[in-house]
Parts: sequence; C-alpha cells; structure tokens
Amino acid sequence: MKPFKQPSVIPGFGLSMGFTLAYLSLIVLIPLVALVFKSSGLTWQAFTEAVASPRVAASYRLSFGTSLVAALVNGFFGFIVAWVLVRYKFPGKGLVDMLVDLPFALPTAVAGIALTTIYSQNGFLGKPLEALGIKAAFTPLGVTIALTFIGLPFVVRTVQPVLQALDPDVEEAAVCLGATRWQTFTKVLLPALLPALLTGITSAFARAVGEYGSVVFIAGNMPMKTEITPLLIITKLEQYDYAGAAAIAVMMLVVSFTLLFLISLFQKMERA
Amino acid sequence: MKTIKKYVRNILWVTGAVFGIACTSLPSQAADPVTLYNVSYDPTRELYQDFNAAFSKHWQSKGGGPVEVKQSHGGSGKQARAVIDGLEADVVTLALAYDIDAIAEKSGLLPKDWQAKLPNNSAPYTSTIVFLVRKGNPKAIKDWEDLAKPGIGVITPNPKTSGGARWNLLAAWAYALKKNAGDEAKAKEFVAALYKNVPVLDSGARGSTTTFVERGIGDVLLAWENEAFLAVNELGKDKFEIVVPSVSILAEPPVAVVEKNVVKHKTETVAKAYLDYLYSPEGQEIAAKHYYRPREAAVAAKYAAKFPKLNLVTIDEAFGGWQKAQPKFFNDGGVFDQIYAAH
Repeated sequence: MKPFKQPSVIPGFGLSMGFTLAYLSLIVLIPLVALVFKSSGLTWQAFTEAVASPRVAASYRLSFGTSLVAALVNGFFGFIVAWVLVRYKFPGKGLVDMLVDLPFALPTAVAGIALTTIYSQNGFLGKPLEALGIKAAFTPLGVTIALTFIGLPFVVRTVQPVLQALDPDVEEAAVCLGATRWQTFTKVLLPALLPALLTGITSAFARAVGEYGSVVFIAGNMPMKTEITPLLIITKLEQYDYAGAAAIAVMMLVVSFTLLFLISLFQKMERA
Repeated sequence: MKTIKKYVRNILWVTGAVFGIACTSLPSQAADPVTLYNVSYDPTRELYQDFNAAFSKHWQSKGGGPVEVKQSHGGSGKQARAVIDGLEADVVTLALAYDIDAIAEKSGLLPKDWQAKLPNNSAPYTSTIVFLVRKGNPKAIKDWEDLAKPGIGVITPNPKTSGGARWNLLAAWAYALKKNAGDEAKAKEFVAALYKNVPVLDSGARGSTTTFVERGIGDVLLAWENEAFLAVNELGKDKFEIVVPSVSILAEPPVAVVEKNVVKHKTETVAKAYLDYLYSPEGQEIAAKHYYRPREAAVAAKYAAKFPKLNLVTIDEAFGGWQKAQPKFFNDGGVFDQIYAAH
C-alpha cells in the first residue's frame, strides 16, 4: 500500500491536487457525463438502431479500417524518420525535425483542403495517379492519406526519446558477441523500442478515429462508401437528433477508452 | 489524520473556488450603443455587411441611437443549434424555415407561429437553384433531364449536412413530379439516377463551389442563384455560365426576431425595425444587388432583367412545408438514404 501523501520538499499537495480534480472535472469529466446523459434518453432499441444501422456500421468500417492502415503506415515510416533523426547528423536536420510537428500545428481544415487540392483528379499528385488508374481523393485511399498525415508526429515523437536513450554501445556489444545485423535489430533494438512504437501507433490510431476537419474535405462523404463516423454524428445533429448523435459519440468514447487502456498497458511494458 | 482533513478541506476549497469563478456571470453591458446580434448562414455575409451599414444610418435618421450589428455566419443548422444552446441572437436569418422551427420547438425562444409575423412567409428575399456549367456548355446541359444522363458529373453538397443541398434535391424532385404527372416512384428513380452522377458530396455549399470551380471536377454545379452569380462575376465570365432549368424551387430564406432574447436585451423595437427594413425599398435594393430576388414589386421590376423568369414551385405547395419535407426526404431512412441504400 502506497502512502496517501508522498513526502516532497515542495509543499502544496492539497492545493495542487484539489486544482487537478476541479480542472479535470470541468474540462473532461462533466462534458463526458453530459454526453452519456444525453444518450440515456433513448430506449435500448433506439440506441442499438442508432449505433448499428447499416450506414453507421459502414462508417465504422471506414473509420477504423483507414485509421488502422494509417497508423501502421506511420508505425513503419515514422520509425524510419525517428531513426534518421536520432542516429544521423546531416545539414537541415533541425528543419526536418520541425516538419514532423507540422501536422500538430496546422489547422486540420487547412491540411484537408491542401491534401484535396493535391490529390484530386486535376491536382499535382492526383493527375499522375489518375493516369495509373488510381483515384486518391474522394475514396478510402484519400481518407487514409489524410489520417496518415495527421498521425505522423505521434509515432516519431514517442519513438525518438526512447531511441535517444538507447546506447549505441549495446548494439556494438551485440555485434562483438557475434550477432548478425538482423539479429542485432530484432533481438536487441526492437524489444527495447517495441513498447514506445506500439504506444505511438495506438495514439496515432486513436487520433485518426476521431479526426474530422481534415477528412471531410478529401473523403467526398458518399453514403455507405466514404462517410466517416464523426460525419454521421454531424448529420444526426443536423436533424436535431441529439440523442442519436450522443449514442454514436458514446460508442466512439468506449473505443477511445479501450485505446487509452491499451496505451497505458504498453507504457507499463516500457517501464518493466 | 490531521493532514487528510486538511487535504480534503483544501480540495473542497479549491474545487468550490474554480466552480464559483466559472459560474459568476459577467455583468451586462451598458445600453449605449445598442448592439444587435444577427445569426445568419454562410452565403449572406456580404449582403448583411452592406445592409447593416444602411440600417444603422436609417435608424439614426429616424432619431434612434447608434446601432452596432454583429453578424455570425455558418451552416444554417449549426447556427440554429447554437441559438438553441444559448447563443443570444436578437434576430436569426437562416437558410430554411425548418431550422427556425427547430429553435421555436426546442428552446421556446420564439412562438411556433413565428413565420406568420412578417409578410411573405417571413422571407424578405428569395433565391432559387440554378445550374453553373463550364463556358460554352460543352455537355449541352439544358434542363434537369440532362443531369441524370450517364457521363455527366454533377456537383452538389450532402443534403444531410447542407441546407442548400436540400433545396437542390427538392428542386430535382419537383421537376420529376411535374414531368411524370405526380408519380413519386418515377421521381425517386430520376433523383437516384441524378445522384449516381455525383462524385463528391461536400459538407457545405461553399465546399461544392470550390470542388467545381477550383478543382475542376464535374460538368455542372447545382447552386444557389446568388452563389452562381457570384462565381460567374467574381471568378470570370470566360470560365462559367449559368443555365436556368425549366422548373426550380423558390427558396425562401426566412428571418425572425428571437422574442425572448430581445425582451432580455431590451432590443424589441430595434430588432423589429431591422427586419422591417429588409422589406423596405432600400433593403430590397441591397438584396437585389447581392443577387437575391427581391419581393417588392417596384424593385423586382427594376432588376427583372437580372433574374431570368422560370417556373418556380414553393416548398409549401409542392411538399407541404419543411415539417413534412425534412422527415420524408432527409431524416434517417428518408428518400436520400433510400436512394443510396439501393445503389
């Protein structure tokens, strides 16, 4: 049993703890309770109808499917970016490092409009892709591209510090002891980095599932095909169906909590 | 033990203080000058900028004090929800009567018969849905019939999220009903064929205009007449032209005083005068300049050359009003969902 109050040289535990609780209630807890409360006006049947109608189910498939692909793509390429940023020195490294954070800083609507312009059939990248028979904008591929864009920093920024803390001596020791390069990577590097990588991928996934601003522009919003779940929440609101909107939101909340739980598990792995 | 007590007391104290600060409402502002809050929808921004300046002059010439009108613009449904949730609008000027109905119903801020308070269904200006095509009309689009033909790209926003897009679908439906002597099954077939030609459903009207104009997607844009004029005049007469279909819908964007809010703000008279001024010759003139069709006969005659004559049906006569049209066409399971479920 941990003691109730950790001794510290800096006083003010009661004050700061009180502030934390008040702050979290105000910013996070109360809105979430209100959300659940709004959806509680529905009967069980109306609730399941709202969250499991074919159109909503199609949006889950799109939202979760594209988010997963985007997170995995980021897992792979984000890892490489983190590796390059930590292990090599090159001119313009500071700039590249800053570029990684751009998706954080850019308003998502701006990203969405920019990506749509580039990937639409007359766009800079859309035109050559169209010539190859690939439609990017207004298809699930376009949605995946937008979600990959917004998820990139999550993987890079979680893997980077762990990689930085990893001493290159360890790899050298592995090689001296006769490990091949592949063995050094899979048996020495990867186990140390895996928790951070998984945390990054899961965060990117969680962020992508809830993303609205950048996706609505490039998705095309075709019913049953390219409607993301947050868009369906908006369409419910347009019909003044507050309870139905809240019901879908509660489903997304459950998913978010599950993801956060997974993230905390991965972080425990990292500490272990 | 003592520390726990102290700890709990501190928590309570701080929690209480934070909530206390959050709940203390700011004192109401001094009454001079009068501020009116007009909550409107997207394409009226320029119209009301002009109109507000004119009204302020008019009000002062009548012996009133200075008036400052604040405008807020956004999707019509989103704006209505903001008013329901407590945005203290003095007047609302939205795209659909359905959205003001929702305010009346959900918040009780104005009476349910609000639409009878002002002339012409509380719609001082009207608009309609026309086609914007590329210069020279390369696909020879003349009427609604052509939009359902294979190989035509039609750009229109998603009626689930855009008020303007609802007028588009209803206009197409009205045309099909007229052509097929009121056969609803045929009308549905026609509308389904038309939406098969839609490659993108943007979330709002301006988004669709961007898709058509900037990205060069599609052969025809279904647009508000005022947006179509704006696109032609601002973006180039050499790039686009307007095609007027044989039949379209009379879009009546309504206005209303939010009665409980004006009582609270003591702005009843000025808010009423503000909306009345929309019906005056000066107000009508400003609307016409911004490509909205004026109601007043003299102003309408003056601008008759600008607005092509066409057969316009109203939502009340063709669909029995928004209260019937919204659930039938646009709510979950409505006509719009049905044509996509059948794809």
